[in-house]
Amino acid sequence: MTMTTKPAPAAAAGAPPTAGFLDRVLKVRELAIAAVLVLMLTATQLDNSAFLSQQGIKDLLLNATILVLVAVGQATVVITRNVDLSVGSVLGITAFAAGDFLHGGGNPVLAVVIAVAIGAGFGLVNGALVSLGQVPALVVTLGTLYIIRGLDSIWVGSRQITAADLPSGFVSFGHDGLSVIPYLALLTALVLVAAAYYLRSYRSGRDLYALGSSPEAARLAGVPVRKRILAAYVTCGALAGLAGALYLARFGNVDSGTGNGYELTVVSAVVVGGVAFTGGSGSVYGAALGALLLTSINSVLPSIGVSSVWVQAIDGVLLLLAIAVDRIVALRVAGLLRKRAAQTRSATHG
Amino acid sequence: MTDPAPERTPVLALEGVSKSFGAVRALRDVSLELYAGEAHALAGENGAGKSTLIKTLAGVHRPDAGTVLLDGTPVVFHGPADARDAGVAVIYQEPTLFPDLSIAENIFVGRQPRRSFGRVDHKAVREATAALFRRLGVDLDPEQPARGLSIADQQLVEIAKALSFDARVLIMDEPTAALTGSEVARLFGVVRALREAGAAVLFISHRLEEVFALCQRVTTLRDGAWVASEPVAGLGEDDLVRRMVGRDLDELYPKQDAAVGDVALRVRRLTREGVFTDVSFEVRHGEIVGLAGLVGAGRSEVARAVFGVDRWDAGAAEVDGRPLKPGAPSLAMAAGLALVPEDRRAQGLVMDMSIERNINLTGLRTTARAGLMNRGAERSRALDWAVRLQVKYARLADMVGTLSGGNQQKVVLAKWLATDPRVLIVDEPTRGIDVGTKAEVHRLLSQLAADGVAVLMISSDLPEILGMADRVLVMHEGRLTADIPRERATEETVMAAATGRARSAA
Ligand SMILES: Nc1ncnc2c1ncn2[C@@H]1O[C@H](COP(=O)(O)OP(=O)(O)OP(=O)(O)O)[C@@H](O)[C@H]1O
Ligand SMILES: [Mg+2]
Repeated sequence: MTMTTKPAPAAAAGAPPTAGFLDRVLKVRELAIAAVLVLMLTATQLDNSAFLSQQGIKDLLLNATILVLVAVGQATVVITRNVDLSVGSVLGITAFAAGDFLHGGGNPVLAVVIAVAIGAGFGLVNGALVSLGQVPALVVTLGTLYIIRGLDSIWVGSRQITAADLPSGFVSFGHDGLSVIPYLALLTALVLVAAAYYLRSYRSGRDLYALGSSPEAARLAGVPVRKRILAAYVTCGALAGLAGALYLARFGNVDSGTGNGYELTVVSAVVVGGVAFTGGSGSVYGAALGALLLTSINSVLPSIGVSSVWVQAIDGVLLLLAIAVDRIVALRVAGLLRKRAAQTRSATHG
Repeated sequence: MTDPAPERTPVLALEGVSKSFGAVRALRDVSLELYAGEAHALAGENGAGKSTLIKTLAGVHRPDAGTVLLDGTPVVFHGPADARDAGVAVIYQEPTLFPDLSIAENIFVGRQPRRSFGRVDHKAVREATAALFRRLGVDLDPEQPARGLSIADQQLVEIAKALSFDARVLIMDEPTAALTGSEVARLFGVVRALREAGAAVLFISHRLEEVFALCQRVTTLRDGAWVASEPVAGLGEDDLVRRMVGRDLDELYPKQDAAVGDVALRVRRLTREGVFTDVSFEVRHGEIVGLAGLVGAGRSEVARAVFGVDRWDAGAAEVDGRPLKPGAPSLAMAAGLALVPEDRRAQGLVMDMSIERNINLTGLRTTARAGLMNRGAERSRALDWAVRLQVKYARLADMVGTLSGGNQQKVVLAKWLATDPRVLIVDEPTRGIDVGTKAEVHRLLSQLAADGVAVLMISSDLPEILGMADRVLVMHEGRLTADIPRERATEETVMAAATGRARSAA
């Protein structure tokens, strides 16, 4: 089978620039965010040369890690044309659970495992409700958002975990790193790469895209739809749990309000990162970049002397901008595809 | 039931199967046997239950009563995956692709070739797709996303998907409905080879000549009930029609003479970059003009551009002397243009709205009073057209999505015919419509022309074009290559122009 790929190159030869350009346009979503990010950081650095100091870079990465983790999980769910709004509540309750366990003298590794397990458990509940109940994910997870938050308040009450309650090793894990790169960022990068590789290279990962793109076609193609949706939610919950444990390590301070409203930031990050709400497209890398962009804005504004009250408005503008860009890119891609199809045809017929 | 070959065990069979949807009894005590090395046709009118039967074999529907037999033993398919694992490949009536995935991924979803550690071998997926396309003579790029493919291309992808695994049973629900002669010939070549290699084939088509060309046996259904199973040899088209309809049929192409009037639609040097180039033609009042060509020649694209769904880059179009604007369908509608699109699911209908609402989407202006919807007027308008086109439905308030494929097509026709157009463009008007209603649709088009409507008919069914058109325009690779008057239009002249073999200037 040495000559199997013949037709494609032949077609490309008929239209040299289009093929390569098209591929780039299709990936441009990630590139565009990366470009905006670099531009923004460079501009800030020029304005305030202390911005990208060692500590500055470290802070930037530390701030981003937790959001990136949750965004990766959220992206997995959004790719299947669903959403998980309960991630903020899950993050809060798992952070407290891990803290409570450590406060009682528990093993730090075990504490992380517990947080992940609790998160996965909530993910399982969400996934089961969404995949069995035929109820829109938005409604189901809005419900679990409040339920979990309620459980959290009842359980935690007015208690609080502070860094003093935690083993020093755990706290330093949350702050230290290899030169400028925090351990937390390394761990997050590992999760990110693994998730991206899984989604790209495994049948079950491809199934998530398929069922997000067309649930009906997925059912007819024999994709185990319920199982896959369940798996996506469990992943999302587990990552929210992991993020909860890391939150504890990073901030050392957890109460019943931790993670309140976090879901909206996460969803923004995912959408800004080019994961379409209509399912079936986008990547976790995009979501991670979106998260990085949003958290960077939080750091950039104060260091160029803009009041942080602007942050939310700017986040919103970015969100709308991202959607507009998606629309434009989609139209342009459609045009290019059309031309390329015509060229392929005449190349083979002619 | 007399069985001529009692020794063989059918690979796949249905025994006494019934299936109801609410009050609709889609299948009633139907039996069917598929043998290795035999192509079996399934015939019946729209709504007879053919697709329901196929979905029962494919594990999509569970029968209410009766059994599915695999190699003579009863099995229960819990879902499409079970049927697939048993070696049953299915092409459904409506293409069901993943718009965001590449064509190659669409074909191999859930069954991708794998390399070490269970990872998907993306290169192998691409290569296998390219190989399939070569076998079928399809020139699509495997890397291209499926979004925006024409119905015919979607159908070709579905065919490639079904052929991609070594199926023991190949089931095809109207795979050829949007294909032209040469693609059909290619498909039949591949299917015959599979059949000779021992596959069992179940084939549905409303083009009866295809049934006779491909199949050895035929089973007929009427209103969900089994009518007959018999060898095709010795059977005539008339016999088959009588089994399906229960009566003899009128003429299939009842062409009336009409007085040809002024130019109604004039298209001059219309160009859409990369799609079609320099297309000029006229359609006069009272005239039916056929637009023929191979799949991908750009016929539907011209229609969509004229109607304003797609923009055009150069040229002009006018209706009764009134110029149309690129990308303005509402202007085109106001000028008296109507377009029956080819893709009924994506462009023609709102699947989860009722039949009544769908038909009236085009008529809000005529039925509404003082800006308010008038339910009574809507109802009678919808009822009128549903009856004229013989739509088979339980209640007008039923969702269009629950109708059979052919009946959905009739609703699309009704929706546009009800606008009283001056110029009517129909794209595959009878795709998936049974012979009986086909004659009715042809009679309607003919009547419209006689009343002075200008009709532009795109069809991949050549006999339909030859039977109905006063003039045949032929497109080849985005250009108009011939304009053939009715007297000289034959299969040969049209095909020669469609394949670019002859540039016959008329
Ligand atoms: N999901 C459903 N819900 C309700 N009714 C249905 C459903 N699917 C099919 N039906 C009904 O069952 C009957 C048989 O439909 P089916 O699609 O099997 O017809 P068909 O023979 O394939 O017709 P066609 O030639 O038009 O494709 C029709 O009356 C249809 O309205
Ligand atoms: Mg059908």
